[in-house]
Amino acid sequence: MYYLTKNLASKISLLPMIIISLTVFVGCIIYSFIYSLTGSKLIPALNYVGFQQYERLFKSRKWDVAVENIFIYGFVFTIGCLVIGFLLAVLIDQKIRGESLFRTIFLYPYAMSFVVTGLVWKWVLNPTFGLEHSMHLWGFDWFKLDWLVNRELAIYAVCIAAVWQGAGFVMVLMLAGLRGIDEDIWKSLSIEGIPKWRSYLFVILPMIRPMVVTSIVLIAAGVVKVYDLILALTSGGPGYATTTPAMYVMENFFSRANLGQAFAASIIMFISVVCILAPWAYYEFYFRNKEAK
Amino acid sequence: MKKFFSILLTLFIPLSFTNASKAGGHMEAEVIHWWVSGGEQAAISKFAEAWKDMGGTWIDTAITGGDNARGTTVNRIIGGNPPTAAQFNISKQFVDLVEQGQLQSLEEVASAEGWRDFIYPPELIETCEFEGEFYCVPVNIHSAQWMWINNEVFEKAGVPKPNTIQDFIAVAPQIQDAGFIPLALGGQPWQEGLMFDVVASSTLGFPHMAKLYRDKDVEAFRDGKMEMVLQTYRDLNKFIDEGAPGRLWNDATAMVVEGKAAMQIMGDWARGEFAVAGKEAKVDYDCVIPGKEKYVALGGDVFVFPKNSDPKVKEIQLKMASMMVNPTVQANFNNAKGSLPMRLDVDTSAADACMQMGLELIQQPSAIMRENDDWNSPAFTSAWEDIISEFRNDPNYSVSAAMDDLEAVLTSGL
Repeated sequence: MYYLTKNLASKISLLPMIIISLTVFVGCIIYSFIYSLTGSKLIPALNYVGFQQYERLFKSRKWDVAVENIFIYGFVFTIGCLVIGFLLAVLIDQKIRGESLFRTIFLYPYAMSFVVTGLVWKWVLNPTFGLEHSMHLWGFDWFKLDWLVNRELAIYAVCIAAVWQGAGFVMVLMLAGLRGIDEDIWKSLSIEGIPKWRSYLFVILPMIRPMVVTSIVLIAAGVVKVYDLILALTSGGPGYATTTPAMYVMENFFSRANLGQAFAASIIMFISVVCILAPWAYYEFYFRNKEAK
Repeated sequence: MKKFFSILLTLFIPLSFTNASKAGGHMEAEVIHWWVSGGEQAAISKFAEAWKDMGGTWIDTAITGGDNARGTTVNRIIGGNPPTAAQFNISKQFVDLVEQGQLQSLEEVASAEGWRDFIYPPELIETCEFEGEFYCVPVNIHSAQWMWINNEVFEKAGVPKPNTIQDFIAVAPQIQDAGFIPLALGGQPWQEGLMFDVVASSTLGFPHMAKLYRDKDVEAFRDGKMEMVLQTYRDLNKFIDEGAPGRLWNDATAMVVEGKAAMQIMGDWARGEFAVAGKEAKVDYDCVIPGKEKYVALGGDVFVFPKNSDPKVKEIQLKMASMMVNPTVQANFNNAKGSLPMRLDVDTSAADACMQMGLELIQQPSAIMRENDDWNSPAFTSAWEDIISEFRNDPNYSVSAAMDDLEAVLTSGL
């Protein structure tokens, strides 16, 4: 009873949020699961077909490609953003001239919508009128940049565009962390005579761990729901070489009028996210709390 | 006390969204469609004008992209706020809506006005009729099976204009040598699928295509001709520039209009792009239906009228349906749209040379060709397109592997 009445006002004000989360999130998950067992086409209908939609999903070559892509994209995008973001932060941290100018430039891409980023890179990377075409006009005939139209490389072109947009944001987070480091630590590090790169990598980086974790969480959330960038950049092509699970779901929802399949795919997406996040969340929020006590 | 009010306030903020009640005007009609380009807007405004002349109010909800527009319509129907009328294609896209009882039957006005007597070709009646009742209004016919040819490029390359896809493959290397892109293509699955259907139907003929798409006849699929079609389709690939993936259809048409490319395989809506650029049919550009036997594919648009809880809306919907098939409105609309009307007693004197070809063909019942999406669900057609698109983009995707995958779709029961 004490737990219920403590901070009653704040609990009551949180109530709408709790109700919305429960009904919208949990409710929708249950709803999706129920309808993933049906043969719904354009409109949800309760004609049960068992796990047939899941069977079809796992047999689909396109779904395989989508899952593979999300792993490539997730890996390259996360690592790329962290490494480049951290490097930029370290470079800006060197008390350079015009720091705010550089900070603005690096953060600018993040202020853009993914659709704009996608379109810009689509034009830059297009072999018939983009960078490759310009280089040819300038006389560099050997220059080749056909990533966007190459089935094997197109997903990496997507990664480049995404890292270009996301790295600046990570940089700002990391920079905030770096600025929070006490001057005395730097002084003692230089007294010990430790080279700068080692101090950054082995002393400072562990100290800004919360910033790193925050960055990873924010980036990872972006990975799973990546949709608009790819839609603007490649529309999932060439063929379906850059399609992702989110695109697969949206396609089946709207243009393909195949609701059952879309629900099945989204349930699988949900389960995989839970599988990846649960152990980590357990460690981060529960296990470590215990440790701290 | 202050605390109490703050609690009350937080509680009520989320609840304070009010349901603005809609002011129901006289003959107010909201129409969802995806006609947003210049020529298309001109066409839909013919409907709007006719509606206003009847004393109605036209609320235009234009949404870019057929998928998005149809998605919005379905969501609005499920959400209980249906539009008065909504656009779909001549296809199976809206069958589910009929089966779930979401659409208004138009039988009253259809039998009163004798739609079955004047709607032509009768295949259109088939599309709209479910259990003896009309559920949609066909408004126009667009056909997909055209080769759009830039005459000047063929002259410069010094090669004859093709009559079949095979003719084209024979002369394409010379066009390439002359410094032109032989074939303009937008590398999106629907365009790749359209091109495949044109290659297949012009090579195999409509009766054979019907065996595949309508009857799902595996024996006909495996009789050795399909491999040939796939090989022809792959041969075409050599003549497409590498910038194709993701290109829009009208950008590909622009390549032909500007004389960068020799030819595009596209539906008759491409004519509009030539017209806007001030090009003249049969003079600057040519339109050819490939194949020894000429077919005209029966594509186009329909309007459906979702059921509404308000009984007044039904009356409005029936009036609008009647307006859309009116011969004068049909003439105005289709001349602006560049499509064929859905009845024969319409003044088509404004039609250009290419459109005349289509008009003549469609009057021969044996030349009318039905398409994949007339017989199959969007789930089927898009699964089919996926394979065709992969086949075009992945040179390692062998003909026999594609055959196996296509057969799997054919027998999937989607």
